[in-house]
Amino acid sequence: MRVTQGTFSFLPDLTDTEIAAQVEYCLGNGWAIGLEYTGDIHPRNTYWEMYGQPMFDVRDAAAVIVELRACRSTFPEHYIRLTAFDSTRGWETIRLSFLVNRPRDEPGFRIVRTEGAGRVQRYGIESYATQHKRHGHGSK
Amino acid sequence: MDSGGTQEEVSRLLAELDEELVGLAPVKRRVAEVASLLAVDRARKQLGLPGQPPGLHMSFTGNPGTGKTTVALKMAGILHRLGYLRKGHLVAVTRDDLVGQYIGHTAPRTREVIKRALGGVLFIDEAYYLYRPENERDYGQEAIEILLQVMENQRDDLVVILAGYSDRMQRFFECNPGFSSRIANHIDFPDYTEAELFSIAETMLETLGYRFGPGAAEAFTAYIKQRIAQAHFANARSIRNALNRARLRHARRVFPLLDNADVGLLTTFTSEDILASRVFGAQGDESNA
Repeated sequence: MRVTQGTFSFLPDLTDTEIAAQVEYCLGNGWAIGLEYTGDIHPRNTYWEMYGQPMFDVRDAAAVIVELRACRSTFPEHYIRLTAFDSTRGWETIRLSFLVNRPRDEPGFRIVRTEGAGRVQRYGIESYATQHKRHGHGSK
Repeated sequence: MDSGGTQEEVSRLLAELDEELVGLAPVKRRVAEVASLLAVDRARKQLGLPGQPPGLHMSFTGNPGTGKTTVALKMAGILHRLGYLRKGHLVAVTRDDLVGQYIGHTAPRTREVIKRALGGVLFIDEAYYLYRPENERDYGQEAIEILLQVMENQRDDLVVILAGYSDRMQRFFECNPGFSSRIANHIDFPDYTEAELFSIAETMLETLGYRFGPGAAEAFTAYIKQRIAQAHFANARSIRNALNRARLRHARRVFPLLDNADVGLLTTFTSEDILASRVFGAQGDESNA
């Protein structure tokens, strides 16, 4: 199940050249680039792990691609996303965020049903990926 | 066809360089060669011929005050305008920015600096301090290895410029042949001649907003002649210091007259502002001028 989270997610995976072009656009606007990874792709999971500090003082896309490749070789089976943070007053927010790496197989989600008071059913979703790997402290 | 535009751009760039930098013929020659190669490469490309950027890593050797850092700064802008560098910013570091204090500290530090410099110029001042053969626990060697790797593999992304005094750089290259072979442009910065130093002084004066009064120019020429012969002469830097000292003497002289001062008084050096220097007095060491 191909997860569609973030910008460009309905397009085929971006090549490194295309990613570099996006990074150049972000750098041109003065946004800081950050890389984050996670094993749990639940849509409500905003707590991805950071790969190094956000790259505030990088001036060229080549440096970001170097970091990205290092991140991919360290975490090949994780989702990795690239975020661009705009620090200007009034924005102070992520302006662009897209996936740059996916694990080889994306098992998708299952519905979790919980019975509440009066036999009310509460529904949640859980990603199959978290069942295979131990997620949290020390996850690989 | 683009080559006309390129030629014009290149000629304009070289003319600017000629105007802004006094002397430094080997530097200007090398920049002219690189710029011409760019124009030729463009013309070749139009005809479908192959063209590859030349090795651009550089080594600047020379005495203090000969313009190494100034030219390195300019080089970043020049290479950017010629299209060899994508961004054209300069990151200036010395050994302390690259080498760590404990095991495992050096590699991330050096890599961070390189990341910042990608797309522009990495200027390493006093590069020979990276190599300390007498201390086997020194981590400079690690930084050197990382730099060599980047200089080879990311030639299109980064230009490295090393700078330092000639004899020490010579020794550094002898002990690190890897560096020497990766650097395609060894440029020596000659000491300035007296005429060039005077020309530099005039440019500095213009920036500072002063001028030489009658007799002051001759006095300064004599000053330069004497100062060169004395110890610790640092070329353009010494000239700048001399002019600043002249400003102090000028200010001291003009201070009582400030109420009725006009532009002429406030901006003109007289010969006494120059001649009061220690360089002329008995305290200056004996020169044969």
